[in-house]
Amino acid sequence: MKAMGRVLFDVRKNKYLYVMLLPLFVYYVLFHYQPMYGAMIAFKDFSPRLGIIGSPWAGFGHFMDFFQGAYFWRTIRNTFMISFYDLIFGFPAPIVLALLLNEIRVQIFKRTVQTLTYLPHFISLVVICGMIKDFTSSNGIINDIIAFFGGERHSLLLEPSLFRTIYVSTDIWQHIGWGTIIYLAALTGIDPERYEAAKIDGAGRWKQMLHITIPGILPTITVLLILNLGRMMNLGFEKIILLYSPGVYETADVISSYVYRVGLQDFNYSFSSAVGLFNSAIGFILVISSNWLSRKLNDTSLW
Amino acid sequence: MSTVSWSGRLFDWFNYIFLTFLMVLTMYPLLHVAFASLSDASELMKHSGMLWKPLGFSVDAYANVFRNPMIASGYTNTLIILVGGLALNIVLTSFGAYALSRRSLRYRKQIMLFFVFTMFFSGGLIPFYFAVMNLGLGNSLLALIVPTAVNTFNLIIMRTAFDAIPESLEESAKIDGANDFVILFRIILPLSLPVVAVILLYYGVSHWNAWFNASIFLQDRAKYPLQLVLREILLQGEASAMAEGAATEDVAMLSATLKYATIMVATVPILLVYPLLQRYFVKGALIGAVKG
Repeated sequence: MKAMGRVLFDVRKNKYLYVMLLPLFVYYVLFHYQPMYGAMIAFKDFSPRLGIIGSPWAGFGHFMDFFQGAYFWRTIRNTFMISFYDLIFGFPAPIVLALLLNEIRVQIFKRTVQTLTYLPHFISLVVICGMIKDFTSSNGIINDIIAFFGGERHSLLLEPSLFRTIYVSTDIWQHIGWGTIIYLAALTGIDPERYEAAKIDGAGRWKQMLHITIPGILPTITVLLILNLGRMMNLGFEKIILLYSPGVYETADVISSYVYRVGLQDFNYSFSSAVGLFNSAIGFILVISSNWLSRKLNDTSLW
Repeated sequence: MSTVSWSGRLFDWFNYIFLTFLMVLTMYPLLHVAFASLSDASELMKHSGMLWKPLGFSVDAYANVFRNPMIASGYTNTLIILVGGLALNIVLTSFGAYALSRRSLRYRKQIMLFFVFTMFFSGGLIPFYFAVMNLGLGNSLLALIVPTAVNTFNLIIMRTAFDAIPESLEESAKIDGANDFVILFRIILPLSLPVVAVILLYYGVSHWNAWFNASIFLQDRAKYPLQLVLREILLQGEASAMAEGAATEDVAMLSATLKYATIMVATVPILLVYPLLQRYFVKGALIGAVKG
């Protein structure tokens, strides 16, 4: 009762603030918390006719079906493999580019590289995927080059062994420039006197980079790395469903694309919700643990 | 620079060459599309390999793209979504950011947690789909506007910016009897124009790029936003049929340049405004990074 009174007092005192917050409460409840409640259908045999409440319970049946099903390991493996490649190749790429840009003394050249490499970041995903599809088709530009060197033409996107490579390399192409911004900003924060001191001590440019530049941006690198780890599960499934086709599901189908296909194309609502909930739960654990790790290592955390 | 060692000079050479190569690698795909879109369709069909200029010159493909009613309706729908969406986005996000930056609000931490939690846990695609459909938003452009009304990340950015404004600035207004709405619109927002610009850009880009929600909520093709129209043309259209040589010569020839012209029509407007907005994007990326 007392707590209730305190809340009411705060509402009366800040009535305009609560009026402002009201539409946000409504928004979050309708579009975020209501779906969390609706995720209950993962434990039911949901039919839209009976509704969430009316549908009969199924317990953990759908989860068991997923864990024992043919696609469990495939989707898990693909999710982690694509995230892993992204981490190994995609994550360091902007760092390397930022370090190279940092060594450029001709400002106009540096700015040109920056402006041009930022550009692809602003092209919409659908257009990027349209370009990828066109360039990798059997009569596309990449095959023209392969054929020129005597190779055989084949549709690269239909090649299961190439899907992840195409996914990750085009991601790097699109975002490498944009990714440098934060590192370049961190680089400007390094005290120039430290370079002067190193020069006097006879350190060359390589030594300076190793002992001053890289340590200078290391905190930024760690924070971003940890954040990326936390985001592994919500990897860009939009790009995957734009690019994949049944022939490459073996290497391309990730958990979230599977959720989409089973749920909204095969109308297997409850099963799909179970897989989605599993995905959300793993993602949540990853975020919590990476945040904990970040706090341990860096004293920086999201909350 | 006279004391530069030979190894340093070698590195510089390598660096300039590598970065130049990177620029070519970045720009070539875009130029290829541009050149192909302006090429003569029959010459382009016969051609194999890189393009360094248009083959012949023809704007037929562009004429075709502009004649396509789906492109026009796609642009119109995207514009409606942008205007309606941005208005809702900025009002709600600034309301939330303002309220949550007030120290007088006793439960602001708890309320923030209530919002932020949704960044880390979601009910999943299917429950979200039903939540939107049950509100009667199916097959309506509102399904592309209302469910994305507030982005929690943008809310945090804006709240951080509002937090930095000294409260003394509002004290006098408060004494003059101004309520919170007046303070927000007359004092806080005018002082925060750069962050407002950044937030509008972020929301704008996400509305412009969005296609997935449209693909699951819309049935009526006349309501398709531009990106969904592009998906039909670029990813689901004649392109694959053409590769198999199934289409007749004329259709195949036309669609060869048509795809490229479509990409140009959908991308050039963005790339034209991009240099003007780059400053804000960079600023936004930094604000986001500090907080994120």
